[in-house]
Amino acid sequence: MSRIGVFICHCGENIAGTVDVAAVTKAALDMPGVVHAVDYKYMCSDPGQTMLKDAIVEKKLDGVVVAACSPRMHEPTFRRTAEEGGINPYQCEMANIREHCSWVHEKGAATTAKAIDLVRFQVEKVKRDHPLVPIRVPITKKALVLGGGIAGIQAALDIANAGSPVLLVEKSPSIGGHMSQLSETFPTLDCSQCILTPRMVEVARHPLITLYTYSELEKLDGFIGNFKATIRKKARKIDEKLCNGCGVCQQKCPVKKIPDEFNEGLSNRAAIYVPFPQAVPNKPVIDLANCTYYKTGKCKACEKLCPTKAIRFDQEDQIEVHDVGAVVLATGFKTMPVNNFSEYGYGKYKDVIDGMKFERLASASGPTGGAMKRPSDGKTPQHVVFIACAGSRDRLKGVPYCSKICCMYTAKHAMLYQHKVHGGQATVFYMDVRAAGKNYDEFVRRAVEEDGVKYVRGRVSRVYEDDGQLVVKGVDTLLGAEPVEIRADMVVLATAVQAQNDAEELAQTLHVAYDPYKFFAEAHPKLRPVETNTAGIFLAGACQAPRDIPETVAQASGAAVKVAGLFSQPELTREPIIAVVDRQPPPVFSHCVGCFLCKAACPYQAIEEEQIKNRNGDVLKVVARVNPGLCQGCGTCVSTCRTKAIDLQGFSNEQVFAELMSI
Amino acid sequence: MAEQFEPKITAFVCNWCTYAGADLTGTSRIKYQSNVRVIRLPCTGRIDFMMVLTAFSRGSDGVIISGCHPNDCHYTSGNYHARRRWMVFRDLLDFVGIDLRRVTFSWVSAAEGAKWAELVNEATNNVRALGPYKEIQQLAAAGID
Amino acid sequence: MTDVRVGYYPGCSLQGSSRDFAESLHAVAKALSIDLVEIPEWNCCGASSGHMLDHLLSVALPVNVLLKAKKAGLPQVMAPCAACYNRLATASHEIATSPATKAQVESVLQTSIDKLPRVLNVIELLAQVSERIAPKVTKKFEQTVACYYGCLLVRPAKVTGFDRTEDPVEMDKLVAAVGGKTIDWNFKTECCGASFSISRSSVVGRLGARIMQDAVKRQAEAIVVACPMCHSNLDLRRGEINQQLEHKTDIPVLFITQVIGLALGLPKKKLGLGRHFVPVKFPPRPLAPPAVQ
Repeated sequence: MSRIGVFICHCGENIAGTVDVAAVTKAALDMPGVVHAVDYKYMCSDPGQTMLKDAIVEKKLDGVVVAACSPRMHEPTFRRTAEEGGINPYQCEMANIREHCSWVHEKGAATTAKAIDLVRFQVEKVKRDHPLVPIRVPITKKALVLGGGIAGIQAALDIANAGSPVLLVEKSPSIGGHMSQLSETFPTLDCSQCILTPRMVEVARHPLITLYTYSELEKLDGFIGNFKATIRKKARKIDEKLCNGCGVCQQKCPVKKIPDEFNEGLSNRAAIYVPFPQAVPNKPVIDLANCTYYKTGKCKACEKLCPTKAIRFDQEDQIEVHDVGAVVLATGFKTMPVNNFSEYGYGKYKDVIDGMKFERLASASGPTGGAMKRPSDGKTPQHVVFIACAGSRDRLKGVPYCSKICCMYTAKHAMLYQHKVHGGQATVFYMDVRAAGKNYDEFVRRAVEEDGVKYVRGRVSRVYEDDGQLVVKGVDTLLGAEPVEIRADMVVLATAVQAQNDAEELAQTLHVAYDPYKFFAEAHPKLRPVETNTAGIFLAGACQAPRDIPETVAQASGAAVKVAGLFSQPELTREPIIAVVDRQPPPVFSHCVGCFLCKAACPYQAIEEEQIKNRNGDVLKVVARVNPGLCQGCGTCVSTCRTKAIDLQGFSNEQVFAELMSI
Repeated sequence: MAEQFEPKITAFVCNWCTYAGADLTGTSRIKYQSNVRVIRLPCTGRIDFMMVLTAFSRGSDGVIISGCHPNDCHYTSGNYHARRRWMVFRDLLDFVGIDLRRVTFSWVSAAEGAKWAELVNEATNNVRALGPYKEIQQLAAAGID
Repeated sequence: MTDVRVGYYPGCSLQGSSRDFAESLHAVAKALSIDLVEIPEWNCCGASSGHMLDHLLSVALPVNVLLKAKKAGLPQVMAPCAACYNRLATASHEIATSPATKAQVESVLQTSIDKLPRVLNVIELLAQVSERIAPKVTKKFEQTVACYYGCLLVRPAKVTGFDRTEDPVEMDKLVAAVGGKTIDWNFKTECCGASFSISRSSVVGRLGARIMQDAVKRQAEAIVVACPMCHSNLDLRRGEINQQLEHKTDIPVLFITQVIGLALGLPKKKLGLGRHFVPVKFPPRPLAPPAVQ
C-alpha cells in the first residue's frame, strides 16, 4: 500500500484566496493511499520545504504530491526537496492549482472541486511512479568540424584552443573556402588572404587539429557525446609524407588546359595541381578525370620527374572511423550559376560574370595579377555595370530571400574597380541597399561620394550584346521611371547565395533539419542559433543562411563554445523521461513484435533493432530497443505501439490511464 | 428550472506549448470556466486515442486536444503524428456514435494565453449546449463495455 | 496517323487582317492530320480594349469561350492569335487561383465553372505533333531566319508556363525541324508596339525598326512570327519602320505555319503568301555549294 503525502500551498492569497485549501486537505486525506495531508502558506519557502522533508521521514512517505503552482515553475525545486527527504525525486508530482485553477476561476465550490480533482489525478499518478535515475552518458571529447572555410577554421581553432582535439574535414584539396578566393574584404578593404592565410597555417600546425583535406564524411552514427564518424579520405595519388610541395609535377604535367576552379575558370591548371599557392596543405592532387595516365594508361611524367618519388598511381581511397563527441557543420554556400539568368544571356556572354569571378579579377593573386581585364578579350573595361539581387528576392525565378552579402560586396567591387581603372565608370543597379552593420553604410556612402560609383535604383530587364559591347536595359525608378540603356564593357551579377548542392544529402546523413532552401535549420531562430535540433550537432556560417565574414566568425566561435561547454562536463546527465521497450523472460523476450512502427514515428532515430539470439547465435526474435542517449521523451512511439510493449517513463500508460480513471 | 448542466471536460495538452499557454492564462489572470481538467503529456504525439475513449467512458462530456502549432513542435513532428492519427480516429469516433462536436482539436502556443481561455470557454459552451453525454451509459446498460 | 482533335478559337484577327495566318494554319493542320474544331458561337476574347477597361469582363469573356469549348467536348483549345491566347490563358489562370474572381464570373455567367479546357498557342500545338513534321518535309526550308516571339506568347511565365520566358526556343526548334537556320539575336521578345499600330503608328515604326535592324544585322533573311499583331506591325508598317532605318530592308515576315507549309510543299496560294505587304522572296542561292579548294 502506498504512503502518499499531499502538501497544499496557499501561495499567500494566490491560491487560498480562491480555493478552500482546508477542504482540499480534508478531501486529500480521504483519497486512497494518502496517509498525510497538510496545507501551508508558502510551500516553496524554506520552512515549507523543511516541512516536506520532515514529513517524508516521519510519516515514511513513498510518494509526494505538492499542490501549488505550475510544475514548469517549481517541479525541480520540490523534486530536489523530496530527494533530500530520502525518496526518489521522480516520485514527487505537482498538482497545478494556481495557474490552472485559482488564478483563472472565480472563488467558489466549483473551483475548490476542481482543485480536489487535480490533486486526485496526481495522487493516482504518483502511486504509479517508479524510481528513476537520471541518464548518464559518457562524452568523447573530440570534435568533428565539417568544412574548411573560415567558419570551420575558426570553430576548429577555438575548440582546439579550449583543449579538445578536432578533426577538420574539407572536401576540396585545400582549406580556405570561399574566403581564400576573395580579393579584399568589406568594410575595411583589407586583403582577404592576408588575414586568412595565418589562420590556415595555424590550423595546419595546431597539435590538437587533425586535418583531413580532400575528404568527405560518409556516415555519422550515434548520438551526442558518442558519434561515430566514417571519413573517406580520397586518394590524392601522392604520398603526402614524401611530397615536399616543390611544384615540379604541375610544371611538367602535359595536360595544362583545365579550367582552374580556384580562379573560377579564368585561368587554366594542370591535371596534377595545388589549388593555389598558399594552399594548406601545400600538396598536389591528381585530377583523375583529366590525367592522361588515367585516360590512356600512358604518361606518368610526374612520377618520372618527382624529386622525392612521391607519386602513387596505385593509391586508393581510405576509410577511417573516428569516435567524436560533437559535430560542427560549416559547409558553406554556393552562388547561383550565371546560366540561370536567361535575361542576362544564360551565360553565353563571356563578359557577363558573377561576383566570385570579379573577386579573382580584382585579386592580386588572380589570373590578371589584379589588373582589371575583361575575360573575352583582355581589354580594360571602361564601363562596368553591376546588377545587384541577381536571383535574390525574386519569387518567380530565383529565391525569395535576401542574400545579405551582395549589397556590401557590390559596393566593394564598384569601389575596387574605380580604384583600379581611373576614368572608368561603375554603375550599380539595385533594388534596395541593405547595409546594416558596423561601418557598412559608411562604406557604401564612400563608394558613391568619394569614388563616384553611380547607383541606379531599378531592375535590369535584359543584357544583350551589340557591336562587341553589352547593352544593359533597365529602368531608373527614381528619375521618372524612365527606361535606361547603358552600353557596358563588362557586367557583374551579384548572384544569389544558395545552399550547397549536396546540403540536403548531408542533412539527411546527419539527421539535421533543413529549410525549404536546403539551408540547415537552427534549433531556435533566436535563442538557439548555433544548435541544430539534433543534440550534439552545431552550425557555423553560411550553411545555415547567407552570412558575411564577421557574422560567420562570430557564429563559429559560438558553436565552438557550445562544443567546449559540452566537453567541459565529465558526462552527460539527462532527465530519465524516455521511452523503454519491455523485456520479458524467454520464450517471449518482449511483447514487442518487431513491427517497427515506432521506428518510423520517432523523430530522433532513437529506436534501434535488437536481435535476440540463442547460445548458438541464431536470431530468435528482432525487437525494438530505445537508445537512451537519443530519446527525447516525446512518447510518439508509445501511442504508435500496437502491443503496448513500449512505454514512456514518467508518463506511462498506467499512469495516464490511472489519472483518467479518476476523473 | 433545474440546475444548469455543468459538463466535465478533459483536456489532453502537450507540456511545451499548450500547458505553458495555459500557465500564461493563469499568470495573465484571464478567467475561464472551471469545467476543464488538464492531463499533462510531453507531446500530443503521446496521445493514444484510447485515452480519449477512456475519458468519455469515465464520464467526460467533452474532450480538448491541444498542442504546439504545426512546425513548432518541441519534438519536431509529434503534433503531426497526433493530427494524422486524429484524422483517422475521428471517423472511428463518428462510427461508434460519439458526437464529434464533443471533441475540440486545436493548437495553442505558449504565447497564446488568451486563446486557451477562449478555447476552453467555447468547448465548454458547445458541450453544455449538447447536454450530458449519455450514450456511453446506454451502451454500458446494453452490456457493451 | 490518328487525328489530333483540338478546339479552334479564330478570334477577330484570323478572320480579318490575318487571313493568311488562318489559311496557312488550316492547310498545315490538314497536312498534319490535326482536326481543328471551331468553337461554336465563340465570342470576343476581350483583348486590347476589353481587358483595359473592366477586369471582370476581361475574365468573363474568355471563360465564356472556354465553357462553350467544354460543352462541345473539347479538352484543349488552340488560339492562334497571341493576344487571344494570352487572354484565354490569363482568364484560366485567374479562375484557378482566385476563388473571388471565380465566384464573380460564375455569377455573371450564371453557371458553375469546373475544370476548363487547356489553352494552347500555335507553337505548343505544333510542338505536340512535331515528330509528324520532319517525315513530311518535301522541300527543305533552307533560309536563315529570326524567330520573333513577341511579348504575349511566353509571358507572364506563371500564366503561360510555356517555353523559356526570357529566351524562348520552341519556334526555333520547329524551324530547325523543317531545315531552316535560326539566328541568335537580341529582340526575340521585345515589344513591337502592338495596337499602337492604329493610334500611334510612329511608335510602331520606332520599335519595329530596332527589331528589324538587329535581325538584318545578323543576316536574317526573314522574320518568323506566330502572332497576327507582330506580323502586321512588321509587315504592314514596314514603311514607317524603314523611315527610321538607315538602310531600308525588304526581308519578308512569315507566319510559322507558312514556313512549315512551304517545307511540306503546300501550294503558295493555300498558304496566303500573296497577301503580304512585303513580298515573300528570298535572296537567290548558289545552285551548288562552292567546291572545296
